[in-house]
Amino acid sequence: MKLPIYLDYAATTPVDPRVAEKMCDCLTMGQNFGNPASRSHQFGWEADDAIKNARKQVADLINADPKEIVWTSGATESDNLAIKGIAHFYHKKGKHIITCKTEHKAVLDTCRQLEREGFEITYLDPEANGLVDLKKLEAAIREDTILVSLMHVNNEIGVILDIEAVGEITRSKGVMFHVDAAQSAGKVPIDLKKMKVDLMSFSAHKIYGPKGMGALYVRRKPRVRLEAQMHGGGHERGMRSGTLATHQIVGMGEAFAIAQAEMASENERLHTLRNRLYDGIKDMEEIYLNGDEESRIAGNLNVSFNFVEGESLIMALKDIAVSSGSACTSASLEPSYVLRAIGRNDELAHSSIRFSIGRFTTEADIDYSIKLIRDKVEKLRDLSPLWEMYKDGIDLSKIQWAAH
Amino acid sequence: MSIYFDHNATSPLDERVLDEMLPFLGAYYANPSSIHSQGRIARNAINIAREQVAELVNAHPSQVIFTSGGTEANNIAIKGSLRGMSLSAVACSAIEHPSVRDAVKYFDGTIRNGEFSVDSVGYIVRDDFKNTCRQEKQLLVSMMLANNETGTVQNISELTQIARYHGHYVHTDAVQAVGKMPVDFANLGVHLMTVSAHKIYGPKGAGALIYDKSLDIEPIVHGGGQEKNLRSGTENVAGIVGFGKAAALAKSELEKNQKYLVELQQYFEDRLKQLPNIVMFASNANRLVNTTFFSVSGIAGETLLMQLDEYGIAVTSGSACASKTDKPSHVLMAMGVDNQIASGAIRVSFGLQNTKTEIDKFFGVLIAQLSMLGLVSTEA
Repeated sequence: MKLPIYLDYAATTPVDPRVAEKMCDCLTMGQNFGNPASRSHQFGWEADDAIKNARKQVADLINADPKEIVWTSGATESDNLAIKGIAHFYHKKGKHIITCKTEHKAVLDTCRQLEREGFEITYLDPEANGLVDLKKLEAAIREDTILVSLMHVNNEIGVILDIEAVGEITRSKGVMFHVDAAQSAGKVPIDLKKMKVDLMSFSAHKIYGPKGMGALYVRRKPRVRLEAQMHGGGHERGMRSGTLATHQIVGMGEAFAIAQAEMASENERLHTLRNRLYDGIKDMEEIYLNGDEESRIAGNLNVSFNFVEGESLIMALKDIAVSSGSACTSASLEPSYVLRAIGRNDELAHSSIRFSIGRFTTEADIDYSIKLIRDKVEKLRDLSPLWEMYKDGIDLSKIQWAAH
Repeated sequence: MSIYFDHNATSPLDERVLDEMLPFLGAYYANPSSIHSQGRIARNAINIAREQVAELVNAHPSQVIFTSGGTEANNIAIKGSLRGMSLSAVACSAIEHPSVRDAVKYFDGTIRNGEFSVDSVGYIVRDDFKNTCRQEKQLLVSMMLANNETGTVQNISELTQIARYHGHYVHTDAVQAVGKMPVDFANLGVHLMTVSAHKIYGPKGAGALIYDKSLDIEPIVHGGGQEKNLRSGTENVAGIVGFGKAAALAKSELEKNQKYLVELQQYFEDRLKQLPNIVMFASNANRLVNTTFFSVSGIAGETLLMQLDEYGIAVTSGSACASKTDKPSHVLMAMGVDNQIASGAIRVSFGLQNTKTEIDKFFGVLIAQLSMLGLVSTEA
């Protein structure tokens, strides 16, 4: 077995070799390296053809029209373009936006920026299972609400929101609906002919495509309009300028096509592996599953190990690459804001580990991990005076660690 | 075998760059923000690339912000510094890339903006520039170091001195200049500089903004806080690594490359000048070593482009980014070139893999076209 074992697929995934192969066809001399915006020669036309094909591959996975796909440099840019683009275009209609406290930083930080520009944002509290209560969402919609932005699948706890139901609410109220689908595309079926979603953000590197590549779905009927955030050249129908990176786009297209072909069987496999992992540790004392047990993607397991400090556990588990919280905020030592928002106390939020498994995870990886986790958690707890106190039955009610 | 004479639009990836990138499309795939050992490998690779890019333009690595390309870097430079420092005006030259001109025009109605006129070879008119610098209080000036269409190299350091004397800020788009001439951020004296990977045999989708850290720049993409909060989003590790390698090669091989490109350009232009009805643009300007922009009066540019394409020779009528439109080049219009001549313009931009044999083939097609129209009598 090759160590360390990678169990951090929610942070990023390896590029599938089939994807890498397609990408390499678009780079060097003698290959398809042209600038797709070049209209006067074969090199440009060939690159443009490759992009058309990728646009269709991405659209196919989500049952959309290829014309509704706008390429970006990643889901963060897509989120920015969707939210600011709507806010700046429709600000005369209203300046109120609704989102949730457990969204990705790309959404939350963008909303903070809009607050500085004079917009008002409602940050909904999720329920204890990590999901927004749709009644509370509906109640939060006002006359001047222009946009609701909610993620399809949470990056930390993997819970799946019923965006079809949300779309019914927002459409009936005449409010735009943006969905960050970076963590759901290729893992949860998405049908944009059926779902009343107006804008949807995608990332390539979360589904075995390249980093630095994403897309934004912008609905044509009913038509959604945006103010571009990046100007110059007028690429992507004026919504996003900049030379299109052919190899990146081709990689994203291929990744989406593979995901479409393999999603059903892959989900089944991941489900079995994830359950095997959970079954292997759930009899341990004082461990807590974070997020809804049912409505969650197959590849995610987020667990808090009470009386163990998350950072030390990650260090102890150096044979497996995992994270506590999302990669984007893992450099900070703050406890996960997602776990805080669903009501976990500081201690439990600090002691959480996200295991995210994927295409190249094997049963042997899982079994090795189970053994390692059990072993290391026990060792760390043995060193912990708090654990000792807990075991001695001292004053727990007063200390309130497990008050969740 | 196709012949590619459009390197200012994009360049093929250097095989050595591909070799550096491949591991990051394979075994080293972790997210550089992850704290586990695999994440740190990716972080380290980005840091090395940052040093390589910094070295190419004589900046400090901490002054390099990686972006998704030149367009994004130009947008951050202009919008970011206008918003971040609440500047009162912005101006660019009339021959800038659309990503600069459109970013400037974006402020129509909110911040005073305008364009500097240029002379017949593309140099910014000095008096015009001085006057604007004198009149404005807090101005951001954006001027490209080398023009993508004509190749004209602007005297940025001199213009920057004037702007700085009046307390203004200067951005230069150096996308076309790097790799073809020495570029020195510190020496030019500018506050902001844009560079791109895919013009120097690196990958598309990677670029950088080089900046003076005393500036207050507001990001245009929020969330995650990567790149010192100036450009959030998971880093394109393979792209950045490729950019770094391309920058290192551009630096170490500059003299050799320049020598080769000048030789091709000289060979090309010597032959071109022997033909009738040729108008060369900016021919007397200090120009990039790989770019020749010209028109053949009597032949529509479109016809010639198609003819060349039929023989597998790729050239363009202007920049790729504006090539969808049928309008004549805004650069030539700004230089005061006659509309009809500008409409027939052909840009040839050479790269390191081009040869004199390819140039001969180009002239074979051009001369055949000229003789068909009765402009030359026989084969040259």
